[in-house]
Amino acid sequence: MLRIDGLTKTYKTGDKALSNVSFDVPQGQVIGLIGPSGAGKSTLIRCINRLVEPTSGTVRLNDVNLPALRTGDLRRARRRIGMIFQEYALVERLTVMENVLSGRLGYIGFWRSFARRYSSRDIANAYRLLDRVGLMSHADKRADALSGGQRQRVGIARALAQDPELLLIDEPTASLDPKTSRQIMRLIVEICRERGLPAIINIHDVVLAQQFSDRIIGLQSGSMVFDGPPSGLTEAVLTKIYGEEDWTAMRKGAAEDADAEAEEKMQAEKMLRAL
Amino acid sequence: MSTAYPTTWRKPPQMIQSRGWRIALAVGAVIYLVLAIGTIEVNWARVIAGMERAQRFVAGFLQPDFTTRWRDISTGLMESLTMTFTSTVVGVLISIPIGVGAARNIAPQWVYYICRSIIAISRALQEIIVAIFFVALFGFGAFAGFLTLTFATIGFIGKLLAEDIEDIDEAQAEAIRATGASWLQLINYAIQPQVMPRLIGLSLYRLDINFRESAVIGIVGAGGIGAALNTSLSRYEYSSAGAILLIIIAIVMIAEYSSGYLRKWVK
Amino acid sequence: MSIASAETQVWQHRTPLKRLMLWAGWLACVALFVWCWERMTQRTIWAFVWDAPNAAADIGSRAFPPRWSYMERLWWPLWDTINIATLGTLLGIAMAVPLAFLAASNTTPSRLILRPIALFIIVASRSINSLIWALLLVSILGPGILAGILAIGLRSIGFIGKLLYEAIEETDISQVEAITATGASQGQILTYGIVPQVLPAFYGISVFRWDINIRESAILGLVGAGGIGAQLNASLNTLAWPQVSLIILVILGTVVVSEWVSAKVRHAVI
Repeated sequence: MLRIDGLTKTYKTGDKALSNVSFDVPQGQVIGLIGPSGAGKSTLIRCINRLVEPTSGTVRLNDVNLPALRTGDLRRARRRIGMIFQEYALVERLTVMENVLSGRLGYIGFWRSFARRYSSRDIANAYRLLDRVGLMSHADKRADALSGGQRQRVGIARALAQDPELLLIDEPTASLDPKTSRQIMRLIVEICRERGLPAIINIHDVVLAQQFSDRIIGLQSGSMVFDGPPSGLTEAVLTKIYGEEDWTAMRKGAAEDADAEAEEKMQAEKMLRAL
Repeated sequence: MSTAYPTTWRKPPQMIQSRGWRIALAVGAVIYLVLAIGTIEVNWARVIAGMERAQRFVAGFLQPDFTTRWRDISTGLMESLTMTFTSTVVGVLISIPIGVGAARNIAPQWVYYICRSIIAISRALQEIIVAIFFVALFGFGAFAGFLTLTFATIGFIGKLLAEDIEDIDEAQAEAIRATGASWLQLINYAIQPQVMPRLIGLSLYRLDINFRESAVIGIVGAGGIGAALNTSLSRYEYSSAGAILLIIIAIVMIAEYSSGYLRKWVK
Repeated sequence: MSIASAETQVWQHRTPLKRLMLWAGWLACVALFVWCWERMTQRTIWAFVWDAPNAAADIGSRAFPPRWSYMERLWWPLWDTINIATLGTLLGIAMAVPLAFLAASNTTPSRLILRPIALFIIVASRSINSLIWALLLVSILGPGILAGILAIGLRSIGFIGKLLYEAIEETDISQVEAITATGASQGQILTYGIVPQVLPAFYGISVFRWDINIRESAILGLVGAGGIGAQLNASLNTLAWPQVSLIILVILGTVVVSEWVSAKVRHAVI
């Protein structure tokens, strides 16, 4: 299980994206993380697998404190945390199968991954996952030949290929139409139920969040302002989360703040620079 | 697990689907490489003798000698710089009507073909070959170099300018045409504002290229710093050659950075 | 009302100044041009220049028709020329690819030391024309196609390196992030996250450079670096104009074919 305690993130510009966020995620619980744009939802998710470095606080996954890990241990921790992205973030020019198999990268050495020599267990498992998300016949297609909903299914299969203990899901439906959004959310929740997987879903659509999660956490400018069952989302609570303005309009806010993006980019660069 | 899933997977071929063709291409490439590398004749005695010269060249590059040949270097440099500037100005001025004439959307067909063939000839002929001819016709020196660079500039700017004009926003041209404007007014009001920033950018880029080329055409006698470089290399004066190369690199770097700034400023 | 009139005043005040500066700028350009022209033509012998039309007519009448029988002695140099371009391009690619990864700001292992060095090598290689490289290498290694291949290779580093590192810097960061999140190592992030994204650009750049190299290798023989340029040089020295015109036709033909091949390949890749 995941235990977050006192998590704080202050960007270099001085903006406080997260202040003192604490909560536990028990086995098999699906948490919907809601809040207006710039509330720090994206930052919170990325502080867990350290795509963004937290400033202070602890993130314990099965009693391992993630922020304290060094490079090698961090990689081993990351491979058990599946992540699903807003714009799918598939490697567009690789085949669907390669994208799913890339979930195994943390488990195999460089040359085996370079030569695409995955074990027969990994391959059978990848086919099983593709079958599960309904893309069995698309294995050999290139990722950029798929539709949005199909790409997100590949993203789900990739995260599951990691054999995760936790799923982090960042705006899974932001670039999908309403019908596909529901299908994708349903698929994610079904899979979490099948495997007893805990998941944190960062989602801007309050209705979807209410419908599909076991528990809702509301963020407002970096602080937790609500933590309770979906039924507890009253008009008053939503006003507290989204402010005085009409919260239904706020739901549409799609983009996270620029700070988070810049920080992510810097982190990614730092990782690559260490090559 | 009820169904058995495949346990092997191979990446499907991305570019060439047919297995026969892939093998044929691979074999062909290997045969070509073997044949091509086989034609390299290396005179090892000469190469070993050359290593000592290579060392001297590297030493000359690290400790360049600007003073001994400074007179040659400074005249060559001055020729190169003046040649670069004048040829770019004249080249751009000539290429504007040719570029306009080579734009399919505004020029009559016969003008289009004439201008396109001028551009094609200018682009197909290597600067060096052109320089050889101009040297034969106009005598040694910077004037032949000036003509060479002007000729090359016409092809370069003319082609890119014509493509820019072909890409312009038709709606704006339509609007101007609808006012009953003449052809010249059309160029002035609809085309010029749209392509002017690009034209300035291209001219600055060409200035940079022309300087680099001016360092080369001196080798065949068309003046400029290339002549000084050729002389110092044929006399094995590697420290002077190193100095000249460093000057060329420095000027190219300066030109690149300043033209980058200028282009931003023009926008 | 008073604010509006103040603004109008400022606006009226600035326009003539701007216009004046614009005119001064143009005037400076013209003056610079005239001065450059004077400096450049200081040593020009105008008698030659006025005689140029006659000289052109003379050379023209001697050069045509081309001496077709000379063709049999051009096949071998032509083959050499193509080899110089191809092997030189391969050599350039082999050296440019690692440099590009060192020079790209998002993949460089050291921003303060290796990146500036890689950038300097790229600029130096780009500033020096392949003919100058050839001149240098012939003086070191002696004449022959080896000097030509090395010259083409050294010049190609800068071209391929620059375009490739720009392509690397433009890669989509979210794909890299996704691969990082799976627990991939640095090498795996590179091969899965970045390489697939820059591969099409890489093919395009390489073929484009090969096309340019065909043109450049055709003239390297002028300074002794092998290929068809050597024949051109010999014919020019003996004033054998019918041979010269044939060689130029052959070079033009090769250039057209290589341009066609390069356009086809680039189209297929992208």
